[in-house]
Amino acid sequence: MDFFTTTGDMLQLGFVQQALLAAAVLGLASGVLAPLVVARQMAFAVHGTAELAFTGAAAALLLGLSTGGGALIGALLAAALLGVLSLRGKERDAVIGVVLAFGLGLGVLFQGLYKGRTSNKFSLLVGQIISTDSTDLVLLCGSAIIVLIIIAVIYRPLLFASVDPDVAMARGVPVRAFGPLFAVLVGVATSLGVQLVGALLVLSLMVTPGAAAARVTANPVTATVLAVLFAETAVLGGIVLSLAPGLQISAFVTIISFSIYVICRLIGNRRVERLPKLQPVLV
Amino acid sequence: MSVEPGLGATALAPRPEPEPVVRLRGGRLRYGNRVLWDQLDLDIRPGEFVAVLGPNGSGKTSLIRVLLGLQQLAGGTVQIEGSPARRGNGRIGYIPQQRAVDPTLTVRGKDMVGMGLTGHRWGIGLPFGQAARERKRLVDQALVAVGASEYAHLPIGMLSGGEQQRLRVAQAVVGNPGLLLCDEPLLSLDLAHQRMVSQLVARRAREANTAVVFVTHEINPVLPLVDRVLYLVEGRFKIGTPDEVMTSETLSELFRTPISVLRVDGRLVVVGDQEPIVHHHVEA
Ligand SMILES: Nc1ncnc2c1ncn2[C@@H]1O[C@H](COP(=O)(O)OP(=O)(O)O)[C@@H](O)[C@H]1O
Ligand SMILES: [Mg+2]
Repeated sequence: MDFFTTTGDMLQLGFVQQALLAAAVLGLASGVLAPLVVARQMAFAVHGTAELAFTGAAAALLLGLSTGGGALIGALLAAALLGVLSLRGKERDAVIGVVLAFGLGLGVLFQGLYKGRTSNKFSLLVGQIISTDSTDLVLLCGSAIIVLIIIAVIYRPLLFASVDPDVAMARGVPVRAFGPLFAVLVGVATSLGVQLVGALLVLSLMVTPGAAAARVTANPVTATVLAVLFAETAVLGGIVLSLAPGLQISAFVTIISFSIYVICRLIGNRRVERLPKLQPVLV
Repeated sequence: MSVEPGLGATALAPRPEPEPVVRLRGGRLRYGNRVLWDQLDLDIRPGEFVAVLGPNGSGKTSLIRVLLGLQQLAGGTVQIEGSPARRGNGRIGYIPQQRAVDPTLTVRGKDMVGMGLTGHRWGIGLPFGQAARERKRLVDQALVAVGASEYAHLPIGMLSGGEQQRLRVAQAVVGNPGLLLCDEPLLSLDLAHQRMVSQLVARRAREANTAVVFVTHEINPVLPLVDRVLYLVEGRFKIGTPDEVMTSETLSELFRTPISVLRVDGRLVVVGDQEPIVHHHVEA
């Protein structure tokens, strides 16, 4: 059977459609968050959060609990840590590195102790959306929707606090509270991403679409719309392409995501060249 | 040891004194055991341009933070337009001490100016409708007023320091504030841009009757525009017209070391006898 017929047949299957739905929700949440993650320079923090989500999921697997719940708890712990650290700023990267390495080590230990199916272990690192069962799906979609609602409520002051914290603070924006709050939102979205694309590749959904959009537009609204579009293309496209060959979804997701980034960079470079040369004009 | 406004200022003031925009009485600021200033009385009238001078660490930024309601006084009272200073007061425009903008920061100048208007409000902010049109009109007007319309669509990170600072002025005045607080807005600007930014702020004070507190290291770019000077040095301070404060006698008293204030071609040059404690630059 050729690629297209196999893909077409598999798209009829209920669990594939469920996976696509979950992926669409994840794409929306990560696309909305990605430009803010980039603006707040939190790419490395997302990576650290993903590793701790992996640790949590591995621990849950070992204990026979829900891996989704474990990932969520791990990510929230990371978020709480980052939230506290973000108040101090400077040391943040070093501490993330330290905690990330420790969390990853613990996760590997938990996996070593786990005697169940090896494909379950592997999926936490590189993702396995097809294995997502329906209770996980409900948890996943429910948390993503809550994240989106909270973002919709705090969007303007959050953007203000992210790009211009001093003035935002003076205007009464709760800049300090946004650090931990945003870390929690990112933590929830990251733990969803860990279940779908795996801990190692979560950056390709939580960061790359935002970075790509930032190359081609400086309009925050356009950037968000583009990032959602890029994230959806990567995650839905990745799933569809992976069906026929039966290979890992995350490989396809990252390849698509990265290609979009490269294209945006090329467009962005041409855009910079076309800018007028600005001269200081005196009053 | 504050000094009442001199004859020049009182003679020019209209008979019924308008309600002051800033009223600071017996202000004392303390961090831990360290008192930065005490018994500071300062009234600022609408349209008045007050320069705040003083060496690093003398508490200039802290004064601005007190007016913004971000820092509590340890003693005394502070009122803005008749009510106690409070955080998030929409009647205050604020230009923070300049930090280099991240060059990859992807918001446009006009987005930053717009944030000065509605950035603190909850929700997404619809990009269409009556409110959005009014917002755009006010932002465009503020951009025109500072001459920044031409590059308002570019990412701020790509602009020069002078251009960014014009946008900061637009952001601070777009909400039509009664009080404008500028914290070292001339820092790291060349002389031409220092003058340009000072004049933008002074024009605003004049035309919209906005009270201005202008913290600066450089008196000369603002000297012709300033109504009064507040000079802070290690807890001591002096308030008065530039002619009263910027004298060898007053500054020597404030710094407790011999200081000469020279006038060269209408500019002030301040020289201490050992280290140059004060850095008012001489123009080439
Ligand atoms: N929140 C704070 N807690 C403790 N000390 C502070 C705080 N803010 C400022 N200071 C100290 O107060 C002094 C005055 O600071 P600042 O108002 O920034 O001075 P300036 O703006 O005149 O340079 C400095 O020595 C600074 O270290
Ligand atoms: Mg300062």
